[in-house]
Amino acid sequence: MGRLTEYQVIGRHLPSEATPAPKLYRMRIFAPNTVVAKSRFWYFLMKLRKVKKANGEIVSLNVIHEKRPMKVKNFGIWIRYDSRSGTHNMYKEYREMSRTDAVEALYQDMAARHRSRFRSIHILKVVELEKTEDVKRPYIKQLLTKDLKFPLPHRVSKVSGTKIFAPKRPSTFY
Amino acid sequence: MGDAEIKASYWRLVEIGRIVLVHGGPSDGKLATIVEIIDHKRALIDGPSTSTKTAVPRQSIALAQLILTPLVLAQLPRGSRTGVVKAQWEKAGIEAKWQESAWAKKRTQKEKRRALTDFERFKVMRLRKQARFEVRKSMAKVKTAAAK
Repeated sequence: MGRLTEYQVIGRHLPSEATPAPKLYRMRIFAPNTVVAKSRFWYFLMKLRKVKKANGEIVSLNVIHEKRPMKVKNFGIWIRYDSRSGTHNMYKEYREMSRTDAVEALYQDMAARHRSRFRSIHILKVVELEKTEDVKRPYIKQLLTKDLKFPLPHRVSKVSGTKIFAPKRPSTFY
Repeated sequence: MGDAEIKASYWRLVEIGRIVLVHGGPSDGKLATIVEIIDHKRALIDGPSTSTKTAVPRQSIALAQLILTPLVLAQLPRGSRTGVVKAQWEKAGIEAKWQESAWAKKRTQKEKRRALTDFERFKVMRLRKQARFEVRKSMAKVKTAAAK
């Protein structure tokens, strides 16, 4: 169980006499819990439509589970991100077991490379890339070569280093 | 210039079908095979052993938590499911091969020795002394015979 969960949130404007059946809005949101998921839903909906939490309601909220969590997949993610100097759109690719894993990896990656926080990233779209030709980024392409194999030429064992003094230098050859 | 002879390295490779020993975590000391390489630091492994004690559930794991063994399932297709892995695992007789290896024997011996009581450790010491004595006796005999 990772940090994030994917939720399906459906909400609408409160019904009034003029519109007894207001339009439903559905979003797939990645959030650590349901409270954040609902909050993010209102945040995005306010940007898109004239509905806010005070005059709207959540109709349903449920978890979207990964269909095949034991299969390795490639994901393409489109994001919009506020940097210190402006707003950028980005497309990134990840190789993971589930959509939520890919999004978690994205947040870590964005934090590492751009020092960006959860609040400054909007996830626009997460798509599984089923065909190898659809993969655009070289860092994922290199993992899709046929008969991929590589050695682990330098390994530092965790056991060495636990004691202060050692009679021998640790062997990193493997 | 002399002709340089280029040989392939004898490194064990991270590859599909490579048998690995899990180091640390809940499946510590159990055998599994690499089913798919996720990236340069992680792989999807599956240990379909018949007994539940030595089976490793299919999972993504960091390569830092794995030790590569010399054994490989050469015919394993990429991303194959547990059924296929199990069939190949049994066909190749991985568990028997592993139990025969000096590495596995040393591991079981170490484990056994660690579980001994004080008196049992004493008995081990006595037996080792006896064995050593016999070896040295026969060695001395050979030496005197050679000196003559």
